[in-house]
Amino acid sequence: MKKKLSVLLAVVLLVAAALAGCSGGGGGNDVEDEDVIKIGSVSPTTGPVATFGQSVLDATKLAFEEINAKGGVLGGKKLLLLNEDNQSKGEETGAAFRKLIEQEKVVAILGSVTTGDSLIGAPIAQEAKIPMLTPTSTAPAVTEVGDYIFRACFLDNYQSEAMATFAVEELNAKTAAIIKQSDSDYSVGLAEFFAKTFEAAGGKIVAEESYLESDIDFSAILTNVKAAKPDVIFLPAYYDTVGPIMQQARAAGIEAKFLGVDGMDSSELFSLAQGAEEGAYFSNHYSPAADVELVQHFLKAYEEKYGKTPDALAALAYDAAYIMAQAIDEAGSTEPQAIRDALANISYTGVSGNVTFDENRNPVKPIWVNVIKDGKYEVAKVVEP
Amino acid sequence: MTLAQQVLQQLINGIALGSVYALIALGYTMVYGIIRLINFAHGEVFMIGAFAGYFIITLFNIPIVPTLILAMAFCALIGIVMERLAYKPLRNAPRIAALMTAVGLSNLFQNLMVYFKAVGASPKAFPRVIDISRYEVMQDVYLTSDKILTLVVAVLLMVALQYIVHNTKMGKAMRAVSQDKDAAQLMGINVNTTISFTFALGSALAAAGGILYAVSYGKIIYNMGSMPGLKAFVSAVLGGIGSIPGAVVGGMILGITENAISAAGYSMLRDAVAFAILIIILLIKPAGIFGKNVREKV
Repeated sequence: MKKKLSVLLAVVLLVAAALAGCSGGGGGNDVEDEDVIKIGSVSPTTGPVATFGQSVLDATKLAFEEINAKGGVLGGKKLLLLNEDNQSKGEETGAAFRKLIEQEKVVAILGSVTTGDSLIGAPIAQEAKIPMLTPTSTAPAVTEVGDYIFRACFLDNYQSEAMATFAVEELNAKTAAIIKQSDSDYSVGLAEFFAKTFEAAGGKIVAEESYLESDIDFSAILTNVKAAKPDVIFLPAYYDTVGPIMQQARAAGIEAKFLGVDGMDSSELFSLAQGAEEGAYFSNHYSPAADVELVQHFLKAYEEKYGKTPDALAALAYDAAYIMAQAIDEAGSTEPQAIRDALANISYTGVSGNVTFDENRNPVKPIWVNVIKDGKYEVAKVVEP
Repeated sequence: MTLAQQVLQQLINGIALGSVYALIALGYTMVYGIIRLINFAHGEVFMIGAFAGYFIITLFNIPIVPTLILAMAFCALIGIVMERLAYKPLRNAPRIAALMTAVGLSNLFQNLMVYFKAVGASPKAFPRVIDISRYEVMQDVYLTSDKILTLVVAVLLMVALQYIVHNTKMGKAMRAVSQDKDAAQLMGINVNTTISFTFALGSALAAAGGILYAVSYGKIIYNMGSMPGLKAFVSAVLGGIGSIPGAVVGGMILGITENAISAAGYSMLRDAVAFAILIIILLIKPAGIFGKNVREKV
């Protein structure tokens, strides 16, 4: 009898607690709606590109904390970041965008990280007329989805053109070799634009070699490159293949200067290239060596909070978060339509320089050419748009 | 660089790559010889060997030769455990069951490595254990110290293997079991021990291959074993599966062919050509270069 009673009591208590929890939560939401502005983000913190997603999410959180500490937006409203981990999977990405828009009722979305994921999310955001700003998806197709889709990073062809021009004008290069990763659209596209610009500027492509992401032995293609005696070697790919290529190229006795792109930016490059990275030039979205107060503040704050140096993805995400906050402020409301219009007309100065958007909602901003000297980045040139 | 210099340089590149294929192919061929199983998890032993080397060097900071020995011993153990747990219970099952188990094991090993936080899914730089210096063979043609190391170690191991198989009691037992398991058992040979020993030997060679590969090319990743593993399988078939000299010759031919294809500017077709060779050899001479044409007994 006693046992039955205690069970009954426990059930009653549980139900009461659950009800209280519900109403409490609901009540909290109602209050929240008045004071906070919900911004969604879709960053994969697990799965194949987890490191990219984590960088983006960390930097976005940092920016939001700073903005909220300074008093938020629209005269005192706080920004609330709701991240969905899409694992960089197609079906998860679609669900994440729908959940943010339909259930969480966010006013804007930051994300996603990769081009493939953003291409899945963009039509959903466009249809719901929720402004979306991807910090890092570089393919032109993303912003072509519609007038609510923006990006914070420059398009791939800009950096190829900048590097080709840089090679001809600053390094006096007459001949170049290109070593591209043929199973990556990113790499193939960059290689194509580089060749076009380099040849238009009077240079000559003396060797063009291909490899696959899974390749580890590059000695055969490097022997071909060596025979072609190029002044510079363009390596449009990520650090995980660029590092070993540089190392094996120097071991094979190739003396040409290396040119890279934003994918090269990683602290892992130094251990993979084993010293061969010294003197390499690469284009990036920002430079940690830039003598700009905002950049140095960002570096310091990020390092203090996360204990590591931010990569370019983090810099872009940090800028994207600030751009979104400024757009909401300038819109004067949380109406998605007003935010979109404010974004389209924004002029923002961030870690990556002065940013405005062109009519295709792509950013107009400088490209930073970094050079690696004594294991550190230095600014070699800032290419203004 | 003249054409002759380029050809010579590519030949050197090809022989270095080929000797790594040969080391892996030896494991395939020995295991096939003794239990008629294509051990598709063998490429993963190669990968585990490279990672074992990585951890031994980063933790204990010891030179390359003791690292090689330790990693080979570790992988020999992995080979024994793999055989005991996965293949032994299936020894009398249909051959397809063991084959599928091998494919499953291969996936298991890869995913386990990703699961371990110390390994993960992103590539790691293999520590520089030897100074990469260049020796000029003739003008513009170089032998680098890592390639010399690869060749020397590979040749030493192959000679040692040859000695073990032909001049020791265990080698005699291996040859006996590969000819007729039941008769060998009747003659008092411990078949289980012999099979374990074969796996240990093959896995140790794969580990050595993994470390040499990592020293040469500087990068290790959890799936680094799959392509070289398949290429080594092609080498073993090309040389005649079950034949030890066949595995070495097959590996060399494949390494040199791959480099020749890349040198001719068709680097994208390199893998395709390797597998085309497999198809052609299976159509024209299924027993391989050194293989005997054994008729199935009815």
